[in-house]
Amino acid sequence: MSTVARPAPAATPVPAYDVAAIRRDFPILATRVYGKPLVYLDNAASAQKPSAVIDAERDVYEKCYANIHRGVHWLSVHATDAYDAAREKTRRFLNAAEAREIVFVRGTTEAVNLVAQTYGRTHVGPGDEVLITGLEHHSNIVPWQMLCEERKARLAVAPINDAGEVDVDVFARLLTPRTRIVSVAHLSNALGTVLPVRRMAELAHERGIPIFVDGAQATPRMPVDVRELGADFYAFSSHKTYGPTGVGVLYGRAELLEKMPPYQGGGDMIRSVTFDKTTYNKLPHKFEAGTPNIAGGIAFGAALDYVTGIGLERIAAHEHDLLVDATEKLQAVDGLRVVGTAREKAGVLSFVIDGVHPHDIGTVLDRHGVAIRTGHHCAQPVMDRYGLPATARASFGLYNTRDEVDALVGAIHEAIRMFR
Amino acid sequence: MSDDLRDLYQEVILDHSKRPRNFHAMPGADRKAEGYNPLCGDRETVFLDLDGDVLKDVSFQGAGCAISTASASMMTESVKGKTRAEADALFARFHALITGEGDGGDPELGKLAVFSGVREYPVRVKCATLPWHTLKAALSGEAAPVSTESEGPAAESGGAQ
Repeated sequence: MSTVARPAPAATPVPAYDVAAIRRDFPILATRVYGKPLVYLDNAASAQKPSAVIDAERDVYEKCYANIHRGVHWLSVHATDAYDAAREKTRRFLNAAEAREIVFVRGTTEAVNLVAQTYGRTHVGPGDEVLITGLEHHSNIVPWQMLCEERKARLAVAPINDAGEVDVDVFARLLTPRTRIVSVAHLSNALGTVLPVRRMAELAHERGIPIFVDGAQATPRMPVDVRELGADFYAFSSHKTYGPTGVGVLYGRAELLEKMPPYQGGGDMIRSVTFDKTTYNKLPHKFEAGTPNIAGGIAFGAALDYVTGIGLERIAAHEHDLLVDATEKLQAVDGLRVVGTAREKAGVLSFVIDGVHPHDIGTVLDRHGVAIRTGHHCAQPVMDRYGLPATARASFGLYNTRDEVDALVGAIHEAIRMFR
Repeated sequence: MSDDLRDLYQEVILDHSKRPRNFHAMPGADRKAEGYNPLCGDRETVFLDLDGDVLKDVSFQGAGCAISTASASMMTESVKGKTRAEADALFARFHALITGEGDGGDPELGKLAVFSGVREYPVRVKCATLPWHTLKAALSGEAAPVSTESEGPAAESGGAQ
């Protein structure tokens, strides 16, 4: 490697928080694995949960559980209030204009499918184009591929360079009169690249094209303001943002959501039903057929309270410090190559080691208590771009420490000693 | 290194993973098949030269983890000169060994007994079996690449990031 990948310094210094105290909020971090302290560096796959979230979910079932939006009784009213409060917390978290622009779904994947199947099917026709980038997760590729196949449209891909960055000029040239929607990651799960989403949104909007942003990796690690970004749609998952699994968010500008057909039919999404005609409910309920994940949604609200209580700027600064420290230490390891050396990076560090397969690295690290992910990270086109079968990936969370970076580096040296 | 790791990565396995035997293409092969585990990124091609029912020569090529590479290397040594039925029977014994159903003391296994540690690592069973399933595919003339990623109790689904 001729260039040293050193993520750009944080724009403004913010006061640090007490990581030791924060760690006590996460019961699972006290776990020992094969007799060693757990070093959890697989946060990009899913984040661990603070007691506040675990307690919130249990409290729902113990104190205020009933179905929502239809009961006249006390419990239903309270459950409905708590669920609606989570929607309002989400609106504030994203700085959306209105709570009705927040659609609760199962996760980011469902949000992409929802938009592809509703907005996509009504706007994309034969010969039209959908533009994504070369670093997308499979969940931001396949739903668009399915749409394009059905509608006889073309999936265009803005390529990445060797550093894992999308060249904005190339991206702009791929916005054609046939482009109907753009869909891009905010932060790459495989490479850690932060995309210039705001600039990409401007370029798309200049041509009247809406932009969908996959924020699954961004919301746990940086402040997100959908209006400042210019995102027409923005999706993320509760479970990566320290909340329960099975809950996700689709933000959509009300003007767009109003015009879109429903996604699934069922209860809650209707205003009136006869055998001749159904009238759909207002936003966001039009897109929320069936009983949702009530307890999970309310506990997700608690997760948002938790991360905003610490402050996303402070979390971003903390993870940036870990990423810089880990990048420097890993790049000093003989034969190790960092994959993804974008100037703007956050939270995710992929690497390969000469002569040691990522799967073997993962097994050795695991026996040292260090949990990382190995494989293609659901981003096979990224692996193909670098000509790699797989990488090892460490990804940070708000509770990780520099000592844990040292544990990672120590275990990597152990793996190299074994396989070389 | 911990004893657990030493049980999995025995010296013989490390040796075969670093210097795999019969590691080359076979231009005049009668049969070949591809094995591919996309989640792991393991990919290997097994080549066969058959003499009637006998596996006269076996080789492989590809890239994979230490377990799959060593398994392929030692498989080629173990099945060379055997009949198809003997190779099938050996795979059954090997499979029983690494999934914990068989006995590590099975004398028929010979050097393959070094893979007994795999039973403690269920997620790695698919690595050890990939070359064997690929060999079976080559013997039966299957054209589609073989995958073993649905094998083992903790097989990944590929769903998470």
